[in-house]
Amino acid sequence: MSVLALEQALNGLQFGLMLFLLAAGLTLVFGVMDMINLAHGSLYMVGAFIGAWIVGLTGSFLLGIVGAVLGTAAFGMALESSLLRSLYARDHLSQVLATFALILILNDGTRMLFGNDLPLSAPAALDGPVELLPGLSYPAYRLVIIGAGLVLALSLYLLVVKTRMGALVRAGASNREMATAMGVDIKRLFTVVFGIGAGLCAVAGVLMGPLLAVQVGMGENILILAFVVIVIGGIGSIRGALVGALLVGVVDTFGRTVMQALFREFLPPQMASAAGPALASVAIYVFMAAVLAIRPQGLFPARG
Amino acid sequence: MSPLRRRVALLALAGLLLALPPAMQALGAGYYVSTAGKIVVFAIAATSLNLVLGYGGMVSFGHAAFFGLGAYATGVLVSEGVLNAGMHLLATVALTAFAALVIGAISLRTRGVYFIMITLAFGQMLFYVANSIKGYGGDEGLNIRARSLLGFGLDLKDAPTFYYVALAVLAATLLGLNAFVGSRFGRAIVAIRDDDLRAEALGFATYRMRLAVFVAAGAIAGIAGALSVNQQGYVSPNLLHWTQSGTLMVMVILGGVASLWGGVLGATVLVVLQEALSAYTTHWEFWTGWVLLAVVLFARHGLAGWLAGLAVKKR
Amino acid sequence: MHLPFAPAALATLAVATSLTLATTPALAADKVKVGFVSTLSGPSAALGVDIRDAFLLAVKLNGGKLGGLPAEVIVSDDQFKPDVAKGLFEKNIKRDKVDFMTGVVFSNIMLAALPEALDSDTIYLSPNAAPSSMAGKDCNKNFFAVAWPNDAYHEAAGQFATQRGMKSVYLIAPNYQAGKDSLSGFKRTFKGQVLGENYTKLGQLDYAAELAEVRAAKPQVLYVFLPGGMGINFIKQFVGAGLGKDITLLLPGFSADQDVIGPVGGAMSGLFNTAHWSPDFSNAANQKFVAEFRKEYNRTPTLYASQGYDTARLIDAAVRDVKGKIEDHEAVRKALKAAKFDSVRGPFRFNTNQYPIQNYYVRTVGSDGKGGLINKSFSEPILKDHGDAYVQACAMK
Repeated sequence: MSVLALEQALNGLQFGLMLFLLAAGLTLVFGVMDMINLAHGSLYMVGAFIGAWIVGLTGSFLLGIVGAVLGTAAFGMALESSLLRSLYARDHLSQVLATFALILILNDGTRMLFGNDLPLSAPAALDGPVELLPGLSYPAYRLVIIGAGLVLALSLYLLVVKTRMGALVRAGASNREMATAMGVDIKRLFTVVFGIGAGLCAVAGVLMGPLLAVQVGMGENILILAFVVIVIGGIGSIRGALVGALLVGVVDTFGRTVMQALFREFLPPQMASAAGPALASVAIYVFMAAVLAIRPQGLFPARG
Repeated sequence: MSPLRRRVALLALAGLLLALPPAMQALGAGYYVSTAGKIVVFAIAATSLNLVLGYGGMVSFGHAAFFGLGAYATGVLVSEGVLNAGMHLLATVALTAFAALVIGAISLRTRGVYFIMITLAFGQMLFYVANSIKGYGGDEGLNIRARSLLGFGLDLKDAPTFYYVALAVLAATLLGLNAFVGSRFGRAIVAIRDDDLRAEALGFATYRMRLAVFVAAGAIAGIAGALSVNQQGYVSPNLLHWTQSGTLMVMVILGGVASLWGGVLGATVLVVLQEALSAYTTHWEFWTGWVLLAVVLFARHGLAGWLAGLAVKKR
Repeated sequence: MHLPFAPAALATLAVATSLTLATTPALAADKVKVGFVSTLSGPSAALGVDIRDAFLLAVKLNGGKLGGLPAEVIVSDDQFKPDVAKGLFEKNIKRDKVDFMTGVVFSNIMLAALPEALDSDTIYLSPNAAPSSMAGKDCNKNFFAVAWPNDAYHEAAGQFATQRGMKSVYLIAPNYQAGKDSLSGFKRTFKGQVLGENYTKLGQLDYAAELAEVRAAKPQVLYVFLPGGMGINFIKQFVGAGLGKDITLLLPGFSADQDVIGPVGGAMSGLFNTAHWSPDFSNAANQKFVAEFRKEYNRTPTLYASQGYDTARLIDAAVRDVKGKIEDHEAVRKALKAAKFDSVRGPFRFNTNQYPIQNYYVRTVGSDGKGGLINKSFSEPILKDHGDAYVQACAMK
């Protein structure tokens, strides 16, 4: 396999794993609580800001991640037990509007507290390249992201499949009424699930911060991709979120590069550069529409 | 309210709306006539969404795409030198109705949250297509210097003229919606919205009726988009983004789902909130968010419902 | 459900709002009002902030006046969004009734908002963006480019690369008007082989995919036009991918200016870049500018700041030349075109299309003697008395 293809594959893997962190929380919330939470991307933003702020104060990236996870999880749980709880019984439309309002509040609230953006750099030790193969040096920081993503994916899998709490979550996702009837403390479960989702968002936010920018509104674009991922993967399924996220990550990266190269054969470079990524994005949505039309419950349905 | 009182109220409203531009210019606030025009355009778009969402019960998260398509249809024609407003209307309605037909035909085979997601997907697809057409601006957007030629010496670059034209279109839309709601078709759609299994059992062609409403709403949104590009002189792919669809939804829910004036009320309140708040603080999004949250939690039927509740209490 | 109160409430709302928002019309013959719209938030905010700070500094050093008249500068943030900029232009022109508009950093944002100014006969002075379209067929008597034609830095860079005997280049720029201008400019003067031409999304900050392609193409020189936050991220990732060993990175001036040097740090040392201005220029106007800017804001100015400063001083000179009669737009335009002011860049004059004719220099990033990094210019300009390639297409003579 050529060096270029290998490097692009790693890039797709890196993007996909970060997307998974967001999608995992989202699919759990949607699957277990049956709630559309548009403010999930805002938790990603809050995590990035808390992390950047802590790194700015202490200089320690590790402290930043830990602080961001704890802070965002706490914030998420507080949000859930106060506001979002009243939305579970409401229809999806009300949930959409309420969480849309939450996006506005959180965006501007963050702006008031921290300003429009905060600088965040990766730890200096990871600034250089790592020679994976002769001729292929891959940035150390991105390797760390891939590593962290894989570790978290594995931990989440173990949590959901091997622990009691995980079993409760799966029960709640596949049939909520039955789970309640079986005596599960549904309220506490919901709060914990929400907290886990928020924590995962925070990890993604802080890790991606140095590559993208920590700025207000950073959650909007990635939120929609997360929704696409969970629809493709199957609402409520962690395995589905992983497969969906990797698919989207790879299609997006390869689409942008391979399609662009293809278009450049017969289009002027400016048009090729615009058409390539656009087509990759369209392809992802076409795929989602196809899944919805043919197998609406997704690739790995949690329910039924 | 008796029919006479209602008629008087409507006349008073019409008078006020017609007198708005000269009144504002007299107050030295002539700049705000273009804001009023913006409100009217959004009111048309929001009303069209109310048709599909409120009366039709179809939560379409990609409605802004039709608005944007209409804007592009007219914008592209103007940039190519075709200025006749009739051509613009034809092209806009044809393009958006066709897009709505295709999208609706596929999406209406799904239900509930899947319908929301698939309409979102189609909206985003069109957004990315608009982003890629570098020939017409792509993500930089398209500037147009000319406007649709309506004839009769009407110049749409003049803010009051634009306002009156848009107001006429809004009035037509509301009259049409009112007629629809009272008609057999309208009542059937509401029945389908409330219980589609029963409606189907009663022999209604639910799929086709829903599709018809979806297409009509899309076309009206397209016309609103065509007006919008005439006002701004600019169209960009952002008009098709899902956050725009979200904003339209907010307007509808704020104003009152399934109420005739819901789209108008919601558009007015949201734009006025934005303008008024941003004059005092840069953090208008923050306060707007709280207002919306309050509406969702405490005023389930939007402002229209709340106002109607007041009317009931008064008796 | 027809609601009797809805129309009444709506009407009341409309009237109440129009009354609260009504403003008194301003009489603007006894002061100069300038509408300043720029990108003041987001990853590329440093650019707009610098232009604004320098512009306001120039006004302050002038005693709060421009051309002898008290100056009011209305500053707003376009948030890097063309539609927002358009709205702000409309507000400044129609509601605030400004005499001049200025400020926008990015070409695409400026092109979207500019019609508001041009259609209302309001003069726009661009402290940065100067797209090829406005130099040529779209040139307009109300448009003055005070910085440099979009292509210029890149033509200078291409000339430099040719002079140094470089044989192959890979090109990257964002996919918008200025990006396109930049790479056509480079290709105009570079005589070697172009191995690849890649346009990224404007505002994109993750360049993993593009860097992989650069690695595969193996060029001698990598020429990159990425202003603001885009450039900072790119250079960091370029270094992080280990590409600096075999590939020479060549940059236009603003991708190697103070706002980038700060965040990127040591990796910038030795990088070559081309510009029309450098902080070490020895003319009197510049020495005063750099000293005052450092004193006021505690940082070294970027070339964006130098452009903002020059714009204010140009307006100052023009208003003085028409003796305060700024209602006479024709006279103001004539005074602006004559450009009788001391620019911090040295010699400055306008071409017939109201774009600058000036020198361009090569700079390199070196130590400032105090532990930091700063740009140092080569004394001999790489392009002398250089205009732009589009002036022939402009109808103004």
